[in-house]
Amino acid sequence: MLSDLLTPLAVNPLPWARAQMAFTLAFHIILVPLGVSWAAMALIANYRGIKHDDADALLLAQRWSKYMAVTFAVGAVTGTVLTFEFGLLWPKFMGRWGDAFGVPFALEGLFFFTEAIFVAIYIYGWRRLKPWPHFWTGIPIVIAGIGGSVSVIAANAWMNQPQGFTLNSAGEIIEVDPLAVIFNKAMPLEAAHMVVAAYIVGGFLVASVYAFGMLRGRNDRYHRIGFIIPFTVAAIAVPIQMGVGDQLARWVYQNEPEKFAAIELVPKTSDNVPETLLGRLNADGTKVEGGIPIPGLASILSDPRTGTGTVVQGRDAFPEDEQPTVRQANTVHLAWDVMVGLGTFLFLLSAWYALSWLFRRDYPRSKWFLRIASISGILAVITMEAGWVVTEVGRQPWIVRNYMKVEDAATGNTGVWITFLAVVGIYSVVGVTTILVLRGMSRRFREEAGDDETGVPYGPSARPEEVGAR
Amino acid sequence: MTLADAVAIVLFFGVTAYAIFGGADFGAGFWDLVAGGAERGERPRALIDHSIGPVWEANHVWLIFSLVVLWTAFAEAFASITLTLFVPLTLAAFGIVLRGSSFAFRKAVFRTRDQRNFGAAFALSSVLVPYCMGAVAGAIAAGRVPSGGKAGDPVTSWVNPTSIVGGVLAVTVCAYLSAVYLTWDAKRLDDPEMEAYFRRRSIGAGVAASVIAAVGIVVFYADARYLFDGLVSRALPLVILSGLCGIGSLVLLVRRANHGARLLSVGAVASVVVGWGVAQWPYLLPESLKVDQAAAPEGTLGAVLVVFALAAVIILPSLALLYVLDQKSLLAGEGVDEGPAPGN
Repeated sequence: MLSDLLTPLAVNPLPWARAQMAFTLAFHIILVPLGVSWAAMALIANYRGIKHDDADALLLAQRWSKYMAVTFAVGAVTGTVLTFEFGLLWPKFMGRWGDAFGVPFALEGLFFFTEAIFVAIYIYGWRRLKPWPHFWTGIPIVIAGIGGSVSVIAANAWMNQPQGFTLNSAGEIIEVDPLAVIFNKAMPLEAAHMVVAAYIVGGFLVASVYAFGMLRGRNDRYHRIGFIIPFTVAAIAVPIQMGVGDQLARWVYQNEPEKFAAIELVPKTSDNVPETLLGRLNADGTKVEGGIPIPGLASILSDPRTGTGTVVQGRDAFPEDEQPTVRQANTVHLAWDVMVGLGTFLFLLSAWYALSWLFRRDYPRSKWFLRIASISGILAVITMEAGWVVTEVGRQPWIVRNYMKVEDAATGNTGVWITFLAVVGIYSVVGVTTILVLRGMSRRFREEAGDDETGVPYGPSARPEEVGAR
Repeated sequence: MTLADAVAIVLFFGVTAYAIFGGADFGAGFWDLVAGGAERGERPRALIDHSIGPVWEANHVWLIFSLVVLWTAFAEAFASITLTLFVPLTLAAFGIVLRGSSFAFRKAVFRTRDQRNFGAAFALSSVLVPYCMGAVAGAIAAGRVPSGGKAGDPVTSWVNPTSIVGGVLAVTVCAYLSAVYLTWDAKRLDDPEMEAYFRRRSIGAGVAASVIAAVGIVVFYADARYLFDGLVSRALPLVILSGLCGIGSLVLLVRRANHGARLLSVGAVASVVVGWGVAQWPYLLPESLKVDQAAAPEGTLGAVLVVFALAAVIILPSLALLYVLDQKSLLAGEGVDEGPAPGN
């Protein structure tokens, strides 16, 4: 039999399934913010363009929508892969929990459908739709983008705080309360955290391209608006995120103490717990090595009312097989430090920008500001990825917290290592190509710049004979 | 009718919509593949680009819709299908990534060499994906996907007569649907040469699809008895309807009644897909998992139906808007400063 010939290729699928899921999610999550927030930023430019007769802003909106056509397509197909992977990699998880876990995705399907339809209308509607109706076809994209990411995060939050179902004695779901599944306890803050993150990452990513252009001497009004709109969006979102993140951390302290112990690197339950910057647990997880401890700060942040007297549960408070391993805890803590550190850095950058607007009615003209701004997109992506590592690795060993472990959820298919390698290959090509194609478009736009500035937005086409020929 | 039955109907509604809309899209990729060299294939490719550009993403959401309904309402069936049919589903997922991204890339680049490479990736995966989907459908229909957490054979579950018929039929049907739509679009865009080009191809693909379907019935008799029995009893009216629609569409194509041909081609494909569902009723996975055995608790089924009702209120009018704007040529292009427009 052919299947017998394949036996030597059989490898334990669990680590590969983990790796493949992590890799495809890490890739897809970069495209998500663009899908969620870019349309909003394009609409701001579009609004300026038609309300204030601003040709630069309108041109920006048009070009952004062309870029969006590419990033949205790549985001849509990589998202589709995830729907396959839930079953291909985690069939036992889906078979047992799909009844509950699936509910938020049903809603997500609704939002994604709306988004796909209106993205198409908006992107392709520039030439022939009237300006204001065309503008309004963009609004559903913004709403659906937010609704869609809230739904997906609701499903993820449910894995952290599974609720809204009744099990029989065999552990099978016999009753589901859909609203309790969707509005699980972890959902509001997690969802808010991701939606705001989408605006931050999307804003900084787009802004950093124009900051880079300005550093290269392309200091025209077009580039300035292309920088100011997304950077302002991100700069407004960053302080909001600080508040949401702070709430969420306290919420994790109260509701997922084993995750919190990993985040704060707390071996033993005690009060007066220091906030350790960097550092790691030793091999048996009993002591923190290295790092810079700030005395009492973790306790103070966990509950400011009781201050340093706040007791934080340590890793000794939980069974070893029901919390992240030492290695995983070190990963969680490092990711946490990266997220908070870079987040704070982006906050300072935003504050610089805000102060400059406040006092000089202009963005900071310093070269250093633009230099930092031109990497703010990449920094924001790293921050978001780190945050996602905190929540996912911090949930280990569970796939459904307290109900099912990841190792019990994986497929029995022993060829996952092959699909993992194939996925890495295909996604690398797609990722690199996406960037090259976007750069190529930008170069072409610049070469055509002469045309663009004379073209009348929403006016009759400069090439009427082509329209007739179509 | 139980809630589970209602949700199963919703599921098949999604699958049918995917076959009709997504199918036509895949078929466009097939015609792209066989359109010949860069010069000879330029005009059909431009028409294909123009025709599916605005609508392809929305068309493929039906797949997500179907998968989500399947895993939410019939989680055990989803888990069994993905466990056994790991290979064809993985190939389909890869194909979907390559297809969607290379289609978007091809529109965004202007060098012929780049366009050709992206075009080839788009076109090849447009054939691969429906083949895999058809093979998956064949595997399910022939009862090769066992339930209960054990995997069927990783190879013969989808490399077998019924799956091969399913795969080839899916590719052919997609090509047929697409050629009929493209004939209509060419007419709408006043391009008589392309209209004739795709009319010939739609008749060819239609005849090929009928032959394969006829062969399929014989294969099912030998290889997928439960399906065969269903097709010649419960689902017989749908099989006959499909045949009549198919023949009717070919007659109308010959007589150049494009609009009617388009409707009948949709009818032919829809009744085959619905016929498949009716034929294997009451099983989701013939003869191992029934619809009501696999069904989620009532709360979940209710939620799926509520979402479906919302979809009917929100999505269907939006889709109608998209298609109407597209048919009125109001979705003419991305931005106003577009380079040479497709179709020239």
